[in-house]
Amino acid sequence: METLMSIIVGILFAIGMYLILSKSLLRIILGTSVIAHGSHLLIITMGGLKTGGPALLGKHFTTFVDPIPQALILTSIVINFAITAFLLVLAYRSYQVVGTENMERLRGNDNE
Amino acid sequence: MNNFVVLPLLIPLLAGLFMIIFRKNTILQRWLSVISFVLTTLVALYLLRQVFNQGIQIVNLGGWQAPFGIVFVVDMLSALLLVTTGIVSTLCVLYAFNSIGKEREGFYFYPLLQFLIVGVNGSFLTGDIFNLFVCFEVMLLSSYVLLSLGGTKLQLKETIKYVLINTLSSTLFVVAIAYLYAVVGTLNMAHLSVRVAEAGQTGFLTVVAIFFLIVFSLKAALFLYFWLPGAYSAPPPVIAAIFGALLTKVGIYALFRMFTLIFYHQPEITHILLGILAALTMVLGGLGAIAQKDIRYILSYNVIIGVGFIISGLAIFTPKAVIGAVYYLIHDMAMKALLFLLGGAIMTIVGSGKLKEMGGLIRNHPLLGWMFLIATLSLAGIPPLSGFVGKVLIIEEGLAKGGTNASFYWLAALGLFSSFLVLYSLLKIFINGFWGETLLSEDMEKGSTKGLLLPCALLVAIGIFLGVGAEWIYPYIEQAATSMLNPNIYIEAVLGEVI
Repeated sequence: METLMSIIVGILFAIGMYLILSKSLLRIILGTSVIAHGSHLLIITMGGLKTGGPALLGKHFTTFVDPIPQALILTSIVINFAITAFLLVLAYRSYQVVGTENMERLRGNDNE
Repeated sequence: MNNFVVLPLLIPLLAGLFMIIFRKNTILQRWLSVISFVLTTLVALYLLRQVFNQGIQIVNLGGWQAPFGIVFVVDMLSALLLVTTGIVSTLCVLYAFNSIGKEREGFYFYPLLQFLIVGVNGSFLTGDIFNLFVCFEVMLLSSYVLLSLGGTKLQLKETIKYVLINTLSSTLFVVAIAYLYAVVGTLNMAHLSVRVAEAGQTGFLTVVAIFFLIVFSLKAALFLYFWLPGAYSAPPPVIAAIFGALLTKVGIYALFRMFTLIFYHQPEITHILLGILAALTMVLGGLGAIAQKDIRYILSYNVIIGVGFIISGLAIFTPKAVIGAVYYLIHDMAMKALLFLLGGAIMTIVGSGKLKEMGGLIRNHPLLGWMFLIATLSLAGIPPLSGFVGKVLIIEEGLAKGGTNASFYWLAALGLFSSFLVLYSLLKIFINGFWGETLLSEDMEKGSTKGLLLPCALLVAIGIFLGVGAEWIYPYIEQAATSMLNPNIYIEAVLGEVI
């Protein structure tokens, strides 16, 4: 199971990287989001995958899942959600002001 | 347990939340900002005294014991940085009163500044590596908004790049934490240090360490600085001053923590790598600084040189070199803020940052000119100003360690060479801006420096104090270095009751 998850994480990172390297700003934002999801899956995989156990310690459970990675993911997802929302608004605003979402035309500054 | 420890985070947080309610009331926001930052500074000074007399102070949040709950820890390094942050942020907010403008004040500039300081102070305080990530994000999210606040074309362009590179590095941070957790099964920094020491820093852990090195290098602009000059030159000077003085320094603090507390077992790999990156940063940052013709870019590149020099002290990794690095870190926070504020004052007068559009400012603005010269000399390391002590200690130790490994000669030589580049690049501003024919008569000036010079003068005073009063500050910095080089002191303070 861990092997399968590792491969999925790798695929998500590859897709995210491909999207980040494209020229459209919207695709880049989606790319960062996909990579972030890959990292969330990675955390849960690194905590160890066990089926059938709750994330609690109790006397009548024989197996249990480490709760810390789940707490980490929750935090990380919330942060990623906020940043993606901010990025989308920023992209929309800059599209209005600059008039393009092509990264080629967003490079450089008035100084050059 | 010491509940004061949490206050440097709590005060700005509450002040910021309170200010949001009164968006229109600028006067209230100004007063509250100053009160909040002054209070934070006072608490930090109190903590500094306490740490000096009684050792490291901790607080277990929610009453959960150390490796299970989140702890906030103040050791000497954190306390010194908290005090410096408090002073710098107070003076920057005073400067902002007369420079930031009505529009930005009306759109949450002051609350955002408070939240930025929440993140910065939180990063200095926390003793938990995931919590460090969270505090980093609090700081970065505020900085994203501050950078884009105002919405000019240049700002929006640069913010997009800044946000993207930081989002990516934050994701890498999470990945690195996941790997570390998988290997050692803990997130508390003191506990991490114990576990890594027990397991021995094997190949896999060293790879994780280098992962962290990449992440923090991106945040601290150590070699991976390509995003910095653009991003730091886009916002108004006071925001750039806060960024230049505080944001990269948080990355440096994280590097200090990681490579003195946790991953200190294989200096022949990790610290040599740090040294190489530091040397490259100094050279490339220096070349960038002398090539530019715009004040904002010259100052941004100077931030990069400073980062390289501080990290070279960490790379040499002897007690005196670490003392030098901490000393230079504090000096750099104060002086970079000063430099950006003075640059801002010049740009207010001239109306642009281009060197060829200014000249002869010293005739009408002698005080500004002399303060700029003092800042320049201080950053170049001329005694008795503040940059001297740090430079002397780091270069001396680099030369001493050169006896065992010749590559440290190179590091020390490049450190000296970078001082010349700093001096040249800043004197270029001084000569172009203040000498020569006066291009602008007093009524042609674009803006007035009313109220801008007082915070600068106070920062100059701090710079002179750091240099002249070095003897008086030395015991504090020595204690910081001692606790950094003996992780057991930190571990015992945090986990003392458990182990």
